[in-house]
Amino acid sequence: MSMYNEKVMSHFTNPHNAGTMENPDAVGSFGSPVCGDMMEISLKITDGVIEDAKFRTFGCGSAIASSSVATEMIKGKTLEEALALTNNDFVAELGGLPEAKVHCSVLSEQAIKRAIYQYAKEHDLELEGLKGFDPDAEFEHDH
Amino acid sequence: MRQVYLDYAATTPVKEEVLAEMLPFFSLQYGNPSSLHKFGYTAREAVDLARERVAALIGAKASEIYFTSGGTESDNWAVEGVAGAQPAGRAHVITSKIEHHALLHSCAALEEKGHSVSYLEVDPTGFVQPHALKQAINERTCLVSIMFANNEVGSIQPIAELAKIANSAGIIFHTDAVQAAGNLPINVQQLGIDMLSLSAHKIYGPKGIGALYIKEGTAISNFIHGGSQEHKRRAGTENVPGIVGFGKAAELAARNLNDHIKKTTTLRDYFIDRLLADIPDVQINGSREQRLPGNVNATFNYIEGEALLLDLDINGIAASTGSACSSGSFAPSHVLTAMGLPIEQVYSSLRFSLGDFTTKEDIDHTVSVLNATVKRLRAFSPFTQE
Repeated sequence: MSMYNEKVMSHFTNPHNAGTMENPDAVGSFGSPVCGDMMEISLKITDGVIEDAKFRTFGCGSAIASSSVATEMIKGKTLEEALALTNNDFVAELGGLPEAKVHCSVLSEQAIKRAIYQYAKEHDLELEGLKGFDPDAEFEHDH
Repeated sequence: MRQVYLDYAATTPVKEEVLAEMLPFFSLQYGNPSSLHKFGYTAREAVDLARERVAALIGAKASEIYFTSGGTESDNWAVEGVAGAQPAGRAHVITSKIEHHALLHSCAALEEKGHSVSYLEVDPTGFVQPHALKQAINERTCLVSIMFANNEVGSIQPIAELAKIANSAGIIFHTDAVQAAGNLPINVQQLGIDMLSLSAHKIYGPKGIGALYIKEGTAISNFIHGGSQEHKRRAGTENVPGIVGFGKAAELAARNLNDHIKKTTTLRDYFIDRLLADIPDVQINGSREQRLPGNVNATFNYIEGEALLLDLDINGIAASTGSACSSGSFAPSHVLTAMGLPIEQVYSSLRFSLGDFTTKEDIDHTVSVLNATVKRLRAFSPFTQE
């Protein structure tokens, strides 16, 4: 018995897309060691579609498992589709997280948004999913 | 799969000899120690013997041992009982920043009632400085409470010196010895201790039973009101099987103390040496020498401790991130924080606590699992240095 379900455990023990890539088109990170978790995401983007995603995460089991499913879910998606995904989608894909651990999945959502924000800025893209998004905004990141 | 339990500081298994002495007191010798018949006398005698055994473990008189429900109640009683028995105006308590929450939260409750509390800092290896205690004492101080040894980093506090400072100022000195008992020699008379908290389940006894040593003549108010049990100071029908088990555990702990210290310290040092030799970027928190025999607290840089704990659990190894309460609440360790560890290292730290059933094979297995899992988790940490 563990505090996590089998799917979470499987993504924790064998995370998909862990690591870095050569010449990523976009990199974003969220969190800080001060909060006890931090995720960095690298994306390969062609014609507005995410072709590949890699992550590096410092965090608990649920943060690592969320990073794994999040990178898995955004692969093959357009930037708008990826931006539309929220942490709840990652939690659902994992088959649920303990309530106290749901916040760990926000890490992935925010890291993805930051990577795409950076990419959009560099490529002068106007993306619907980034309207009102401020990467420097103070984020409620409760523990 | 090999199961390795390295969380003895959280709780210990009940030893067979302890359980064997307890068992008759559930269904055979079930009398109430207060009753005036044979059933009662039998239970009374068992409780008296247990009280003597617990007293002997810490060099106290049996009449100075008060059974409680555990270490937390003992700490609560010590703090609130002494504060409550003081004349108005004597409303200042001194403790440290690295105490167990049973103590810290009792102090917080006092503060809400208008008392003032000074929380002494510790040095980077987790030790309270006696001169800081001297400076913190004022004419209103009624209690000094400093733990005997810390539960997270194992630092053995300079208790004799601290108690002497309190004694010479006429202030009651309490110490939480929940982690120290059975792991270090304790003599309350020689050390000048007025009150001391104990818990049975940390010394291979049952859960739900502990004791507060209260030196004769110490001013303290009662904590639980009712019948005349525990010299009319802590009411409620005695937990006879628990008390009997505690007594036996205390007797075994006293008898085995030297062997236990020698064997556990040797294993601990072997574990620490192997961690430092086999795994890169590991640091040991606390002191190498002034440390509880079974305590190892290590920072595995670039990895979050809870992920490491989970990986260890998958591999059958039980460890802890600081105190058990902390790992439930995901709060960073207040002890490591007080020692001045950078916050990212606080999150990267684990406690391993060894005990009587730990073997060298357990340690070898743990180091080899740690080696693999640390590598695995560092491979995708954003903080790993290339």
